Amino acid sequence: MQSFEYANPTTLKEAFAALGSSWEDANILAGGTDLLSLMKDYVHSPKRVVNIKGIKELGGISRKGGNMRIGATVTLDELTSNAAIRASYPSLIQAALGVTSPQLRNMGTVAGDLCQRPRCWYYRRGFGLLAKGPNGEALVPTGENKFHAIFSNGPAYFVSASTLGPALVALGATVTIASASGNRSVPVEKFFVAPTADGMRETDLKPNEIVTEVLIPVPATKNATYEVRQRELVDWPLTAAAVALRMNGSTVTSASIALGHVAPTIWRASQAEKMLVGKTITVETAEAAGEAAVANATPLSGNRYKVQLTKVAVKRALLAAAGIKA
Amino acid sequence: MPDYRWPDMAKRKVMGQRISRLDGPVKSAGRAKYPSDMNPQGLLQSALLTSPHAHAKIRSINLDAAKAIPGVVAINTFVQPGAEVQWAGAEIAIVAANTEEAARDAVRAIKIDWEVLPHVVKEENLAKAGTRAKAAGEQVTGDPEKAFSEADVKIEGEYGIPVITHCCLEPHGNVISWKGDKVDFWPSTQAVSTSATQLATLIGVPATQISVTCDYMGGGFGSKFPPDSWGAESAKISKGANGRPVKVFLDRATELTIAGVRPSHFAKIKIGAKSDGSITAWQSDSWSTGGFGGGGMAPIPYVFVNIPNRRNNHAAVSLNAGPQRAWRAPNHPQAAFLTCSALTDLAQKLNMDPLALMQKNAGLTLRAATYTDQLAKAAELMEWKSKYHTPGEGKGTIRRGVGIGVATWGGAGHASKAKCIIHPDGSVEVELGSQDLGTGNRTCISMVAAESLGLPMSAIKVKIGSNDYPASGPSGGSTTIGGVSTSTRKASLNALEKLFEKVAPSLGVPPDQLEAVDSRIQVKGNPNKALSWKQAAQKLGPSKIEEMGENVPAQAAREGLNTLGASGVQMAEVEIDTETGIVKMRKMVAVQDCGLVVNPKTAESQVFGACIMSICSALFEERVMDAVTGRVLNPDMEFYKLAGLPDIGEIVVHMDIQEVHDKRGIIGLGEPCAIGGIAAIANAVHNALGVRVPMVPATADRVLNAIGTKRYA
Repeated sequence: MQSFEYANPTTLKEAFAALGSSWEDANILAGGTDLLSLMKDYVHSPKRVVNIKGIKELGGISRKGGNMRIGATVTLDELTSNAAIRASYPSLIQAALGVTSPQLRNMGTVAGDLCQRPRCWYYRRGFGLLAKGPNGEALVPTGENKFHAIFSNGPAYFVSASTLGPALVALGATVTIASASGNRSVPVEKFFVAPTADGMRETDLKPNEIVTEVLIPVPATKNATYEVRQRELVDWPLTAAAVALRMNGSTVTSASIALGHVAPTIWRASQAEKMLVGKTITVETAEAAGEAAVANATPLSGNRYKVQLTKVAVKRALLAAAGIKA
Repeated sequence: MPDYRWPDMAKRKVMGQRISRLDGPVKSAGRAKYPSDMNPQGLLQSALLTSPHAHAKIRSINLDAAKAIPGVVAINTFVQPGAEVQWAGAEIAIVAANTEEAARDAVRAIKIDWEVLPHVVKEENLAKAGTRAKAAGEQVTGDPEKAFSEADVKIEGEYGIPVITHCCLEPHGNVISWKGDKVDFWPSTQAVSTSATQLATLIGVPATQISVTCDYMGGGFGSKFPPDSWGAESAKISKGANGRPVKVFLDRATELTIAGVRPSHFAKIKIGAKSDGSITAWQSDSWSTGGFGGGGMAPIPYVFVNIPNRRNNHAAVSLNAGPQRAWRAPNHPQAAFLTCSALTDLAQKLNMDPLALMQKNAGLTLRAATYTDQLAKAAELMEWKSKYHTPGEGKGTIRRGVGIGVATWGGAGHASKAKCIIHPDGSVEVELGSQDLGTGNRTCISMVAAESLGLPMSAIKVKIGSNDYPASGPSGGSTTIGGVSTSTRKASLNALEKLFEKVAPSLGVPPDQLEAVDSRIQVKGNPNKALSWKQAAQKLGPSKIEEMGENVPAQAAREGLNTLGASGVQMAEVEIDTETGIVKMRKMVAVQDCGLVVNPKTAESQVFGACIMSICSALFEERVMDAVTGRVLNPDMEFYKLAGLPDIGEIVVHMDIQEVHDKRGIIGLGEPCAIGGIAAIANAVHNALGVRVPMVPATADRVLNAIGTKRYA
């Protein structure tokens, strides 16, 4: 790990002053479950690390107008222990519990989950976010891509590592991003960006900004997340589907379906969403939605199986949200 | 000469009891000092520069910028300009510095001018290996062509098991200090007694001047025998730094890249049989890699060795990848997987239960009665009869299946010397230059000494982990328990004989009329004519008794204290989500014979660990190489996946403890139990699905590819 300065602000103002204009200048430290390994592996070596855990206003879960507000530094463990979240957002709880390591749930934060870097093994071995070989060639399409994207035509082939992202996108959540020049609000869906050139990042966050909170609309939906993981021991999902349904009786009036670990961003299955409107959730409609969700998939040489897994994840998330036992 | 034979099973007081590990408390409390915990005064930290290229020539090395980093004390190179490296991760230089951070920064500041050369890092497709595949010659027995043409039933299949790494929890490394003419060496090693000699030849210091200490070590599995290049270079750095100790332990990525792998093994296998299931013919065309040196042929057909007509062809594939080291039962897990997979496929073709097929062909093994017996016992514990079904038969998306794997191993005791010391105050020490890899060796030595001296274990101080003690063999090949138990037994009884000589006059009988029972020295069969152990020891006057005992492998068979030839049967039950291809363990059964079992508890622990390793290899674990960059993509604990507690299901271990096995003497256990599990799990997957997943680990992608368009409802 390269030597670095450590800043320990207690207010946002102090934190903004400590941040820089490039990612090389300064990075935010919250739970540290990702940043420390990036630094130890020299994948990223910022000159300064800014710990935001001492900023009180970044914590806490509360009602804020028509939203539930989840502070940026709320840990996954705090999230899963919160009664209000448990009551209204099972999809979020299911996703957070999918991180089966208590150590990670105790340290990892909600905003950290959104801001963590991709787990692409080319990226983590130093070949860059776009995973290029010695001659500038894309390594993923012809390389080892079993854990890579099935919805992306490049140049980014990694998958978003966010665990909470799919549920938050399906729930219509927004993030509040603060900087010295004020606040801006971004839908979680738009927070994730597929980089198209070297030097670009996978989120909308700028080096001098801080995610301060996540806001989830209160009007309740029937929601669920279903992940497929190889192991029970802490493991990245091979695919994940989160759904949020608005119902009139047993009829779907609107559906949100968001997919994780299948694209550089959280992937919206809009065809599947549309086809469910006006339908009742049954095994058949859920299966059809699963098919529709992957209709436009463009799998790579080694990850066609993820198309099947995603189809199944959508089906099972829908059935879980609707309370139907398959 | 004392009668060294083991007491009859029924008469043993300590051996055969379920004894918890003596070092359990210090290990679980974190007080046990492993080599990597050693931080002597003035310690220098170090880091390695390794090759980023899978095949390249070094044009030049420039250390100037690295040497200028504050805190850097020394930089040694493993190779010189002009050298060619043959795998990514090959050692290039070692930096020693006052802090780990400075050492790592300096590693990154070393400038190497590389001439990158072409590499090959994949062997799954033999056709693509080209000239890197070298035929190893054909072996033919009987007349396979005729046998195949006369066979009623034939199967052909292709099976593969990838390279895996040892993945030691404590990585490879050591702390070392070389001051004046004295070297203190703390390696994480499986070979305490041979380390000094090996290091001596590397650094030119007489072995007499090298002191080796390894009280505890965090896993080796066959990969931690030699001192390694970093051991030698760290010694030289210490010498140059006026004896400041140097610590070198591989980081996780390097550990998984260069510190040893288990070779892969692929094979196209053809078997012929009569319609009653009698196997008549075998043909295999196999290939494997263990790195640049290629890979040898696994012993196939495995266990069922006496198939009358056989043809084996093998190719060793040389890759630009980290080298193999012995991995718990070298080549046997691969052999069991290949053979038992093909046999299970044959059973399907014959419409036979694979259990019945194996029982039918037990005569082709070298221990027919034992395998027949163990297959039956394993089937009982697995409830095989109620669980086995025609492959693929069942209802619903979740399917269950059961499978079998078999194992064989040698496991005779290695050369071992032990010293037993009885002090005049009655305290007892047993010294051996042996090592405890986490197996319970220390505990078993104590049990043998206690049994032999008629004392409780608490009266025995076991001293191992130092080359100051009498030489005992490296822990490899499941040879330790047989070796150390025999030498400890003899040393203890030799010491006891001396004690009897001193005590005999006061009890008024010749020494050979005495026995040691329940902390007393007594006239045989007469507790009333006795001295307490302490009183007896006082008869020694001022001098202690020091007696040696030795296991000489060539004499072991005649003496009967240890022998070779262990057998085992493992069965697995899995549950598969046929929509996702995710396989979950439900149950494993391991039936294992290893002759006389010193401590059933630590023996069972060995088998539990072996079953878990088998689950890892069957369901999760593989080294992933990248064809373009030539690098290992998963040298971490994130994508180099091992099973966690929730992934292992129920494990039932049955140590096959019977008079008939016990009379054979002690046989090593570490390896035989780590062989059959992968085959059992792979075959359980086959039973659940009705189709073969040809390659392990049986991950979602492979399972779904094997399922193809087949639907399960």
